[in-house]
Amino acid sequence: MELIVNGALRRLTPAPATIAELVRALDLEGKRIAVERNGEIVPKGRYTATEVHPGDRLEIVAAVGGG
Amino acid sequence: MNAPHEPAAQADPLVIAGQAYHSRLLVGTGKYRDFAQTREAIAASGAQIVTVAIRRTNLGQDANAPSLLDFLPPSEFTYLPNSAGCYTADDAVRTLKLARELLDGHALTKLEVLGDSSTLFPNVRETLKAAERLVADGFQVMVYTSDDPIIARELEQIGCVAIMPLASLIGSGMGILNPWNLRLIIDQAKVPVLVDAGVGTASDAAIAMELGCAGVLMNTAIALAQDPVRMARAMKLAVEAGRDAFLAGRMPRKLYAASPSSPTSGLIS
Repeated sequence: MELIVNGALRRLTPAPATIAELVRALDLEGKRIAVERNGEIVPKGRYTATEVHPGDRLEIVAAVGGG
Repeated sequence: MNAPHEPAAQADPLVIAGQAYHSRLLVGTGKYRDFAQTREAIAASGAQIVTVAIRRTNLGQDANAPSLLDFLPPSEFTYLPNSAGCYTADDAVRTLKLARELLDGHALTKLEVLGDSSTLFPNVRETLKAAERLVADGFQVMVYTSDDPIIARELEQIGCVAIMPLASLIGSGMGILNPWNLRLIIDQAKVPVLVDAGVGTASDAAIAMELGCAGVLMNTAIALAQDPVRMARAMKLAVEAGRDAFLAGRMPRKLYAASPSSPTSGLIS
C-alpha cells in the first residue's frame, strides 16, 4: 500500500489496515507520538478503530528540543 | 512572617492558569549538545516549565534511540509545547492541537506565529487569529508577541493566560531593548507578563524581573553559553534576585548623593 507519511511516499507490505498496524509497522509502538490522518487528528484511543486507505496522508509527530 | 532562611519564592508563587509554580524561570530545550546536557542545565536552572517543539518523527531510526522525554520526564516537568516555526494561524493551531494529543490533553501551550525568518519577529495579526481559535478550543495560551501594549491588551482580552513580549529578537541575546514598553504592558496586565526571547546574560534576566515581569522564558542564553550548566544556575539566581529587588522596591535614583550612609556628626577634628 502506498501512503504519504510525513510528506514522503512510503510503500508498506503487508498493507496496514489500521493506524495501530501502521504505527507498529513503522516501529513507533509505545512511543509518545501524535497522528494526523488526512488533516484530522487520530486520538490514541482510536488507532485500532481508524482504517488506513491507499493514498492517505499521514503526519506523525513527536516532541523535540525547542524554545 | 517567614523565617529568614526561607526562600522568598515559597511565599511568592508564579500562578499561570490557576497553577502555582515556585520557579519564575521557564526554559527551552533546544540547541544543547545532547540530552544529558539538556537535563543537567535544566536541573541547574530550577525551571519547572520547559518548552518543547513538535516535529515530524524520524522514521526508520533506531526505535530504542533515547528521546527528549526520557531525559525530562513529563512527571517531573510541566511541558509547554510551542508552535515555533509556524508562520500562519492555521499551522500554529494545527501544531498545538497535535501537541495536545501528544501530551494526553495537556492544555497549556505556547503560541508563537512568526512573521519573518531573518528576525523571527512575531506576526501579530496571525497571532491574534490563532489565539482566538485556541482559547475557544479550551487551550491555556501563553502567547509570544511584540512589545506593543495595545496588542498585549487585545491578547489578554481574548483570554490568553500569559502575555510574553520579546525583549529583543529570538536568539539575539541583545537584552532588554525597550524596558518602558515592557513596563506599560506589565502595568496594565492582569495576567502574568513574561519576557520571552532576547535575554543574553544574567543581568538581562534580573532587569526583566526588576521591571515587574512575572517570569522569564529563555533558551539560547543558556544553551549557547560556554558553560550552559553554570549559566543556567546564573539565570536561576538572577531571576530570583530580580524578583526580590522588584518586591523590595528600589530606592529612587538621585543625581547627587546628598545623603551619605555614614553619620555626618561625631567626626574627629
